[in-house]
Amino acid sequence: MMQLEKIRQEFPALGTQVYGKPLVYLDNAATSQRPLSVIRKWEELSTERNANLHRAVHRLADLATQEYEATRDAVRQYLNAASREEIIFTSGATASINLVAFSFGEAFVREGDEIIVCEAEHHSDIVPWQMLCERKGAVLKVLPVDDGGRIRLGALPALLTPRTRLLCVAHISNVLGLVNPIKEIVKICHSAGCPVLVDGSQGIVHERVDVAGLDCDFYVFSGHKVYAAPGTGVLYGRRELLSRMPPYMGGGEMIETVRWSGTTYAPLPQKFEAGTQNIAGTPTLRPALEMVKRLRDPEILAESNAIKSFMLNGLNKISGLRLYGEPSSPEEKIPLFSFSVEQAHHEDLALILDKMGIAVRSGQMCAEPLMDRFGVTGMLRVSFAPYNTLQEAEYFMQSLERAIKMLRG
Amino acid sequence: MKSLQECQEEVVEDFSMYDEWLDKYEYLIDLGHRLEPFPEELKTDDRLIRGCQSRVWLDTRREDGRLFFRADSDAIITKGIISLLIGVYSGRTAAEIAADDFSFVERLGLRENLSPTRANGLASMIETIRRTAENLV
Repeated sequence: MMQLEKIRQEFPALGTQVYGKPLVYLDNAATSQRPLSVIRKWEELSTERNANLHRAVHRLADLATQEYEATRDAVRQYLNAASREEIIFTSGATASINLVAFSFGEAFVREGDEIIVCEAEHHSDIVPWQMLCERKGAVLKVLPVDDGGRIRLGALPALLTPRTRLLCVAHISNVLGLVNPIKEIVKICHSAGCPVLVDGSQGIVHERVDVAGLDCDFYVFSGHKVYAAPGTGVLYGRRELLSRMPPYMGGGEMIETVRWSGTTYAPLPQKFEAGTQNIAGTPTLRPALEMVKRLRDPEILAESNAIKSFMLNGLNKISGLRLYGEPSSPEEKIPLFSFSVEQAHHEDLALILDKMGIAVRSGQMCAEPLMDRFGVTGMLRVSFAPYNTLQEAEYFMQSLERAIKMLRG
Repeated sequence: MKSLQECQEEVVEDFSMYDEWLDKYEYLIDLGHRLEPFPEELKTDDRLIRGCQSRVWLDTRREDGRLFFRADSDAIITKGIISLLIGVYSGRTAAEIAADDFSFVERLGLRENLSPTRANGLASMIETIRRTAENLV
């Protein structure tokens, strides 16, 4: 407990109150709270090192550029990517996916080609592909999940054809909290010549991400879900693909020469980083990833596992409660629980829990097709971060039982 | 019949009797359970107000120059608030409703439920009541 208490004190928001009650923040899958190291990095860059990147020769520009590029090295190292040119900074996972949907689409997708997305994807990993397919006259196919929310791997080989250009899947579903078998998916796809994009928005928080080990072709995530500043994000892309893709946005910094007769583009990674970058935000990814490493402390992992079994146990005891996302083994599930309760609407539960000091998410969780799959209009989602405690889980469970009782009358 | 303003004052006063949030919700849940049943056959798509959270069905009827509202929701706290709104606005003339500034909604302090910035059926329901009345004036 010592280690966890110490780390919690570094997150100022975790010590605050709502409605006079201690905040119990269980909406981490939407956004995480930020540690002082991240807040201070942002402050330091804004007060001492604010200058535009790469361009000027003055001292401040040099310092700002160093911070930014050192962050690229840190992210490359953390993800175990082959080279720093494969790390593109964006404003978030959504921007990363849209970049790939546009640039990869321009380079590789023609009329009649196919893109596969998983049934459990977040809207951010559905809509950009629908837009691409509409633009190119391509076909969007769906990799289904079973009733427990697990990807039906057996259905994958038949979906892959010589026209399949890309498969897009979340590392961990933001609704089901299940860790998808990325390695196996990549293996099957690669044997059919199809590259794979992994949406790592939840994966980066809960899994040790190694893009070389996963062998995926793109891996994207947002900074704000993993303790960094909002408006930051990463796109990892295999160099052979990125170098063949045209730029997404034109503007400053992404060019080599600009003439009226035509423009040549900068090499990777600048080719994909047009315009002024998030100078103060992006470097917060460095202390954020340090925090991820610190939270992988054995004592903290043990607490997370205790929360997981406590929650699964407690939720299963509530009559009329249906949990979505059943793991085949405990390691397959992160401490994220989406469920619905008979005679207790998710919105009502979220409103009552809020007044008890507990922040949870209710609604469709940006995954309407998955809501349809399970025949519900919404769910209640409780998502823990490694900094949450078993005591918070216990308070949540008591509060949930009380809220259900209030609603059932 | 009491004036619109008198009616609003009463609702705000009743509601402010509860200091604790959970008591306010208990009260709304109770009102929700007692709301006049909404006929199933009226739960049609054109009466449905979609939100990310709860769904709201609103039926509007005109009789002798007055507007009568019936509504329902799949969420019980929302139903409770519907009950408050119907109590205030149903059975009034379009002119009365159109002349109202709807500020009483803010005085209830139910921002989470009624804020138009949230994807919420209730905020749209109020907007629909207001627009219906305005179009008839």
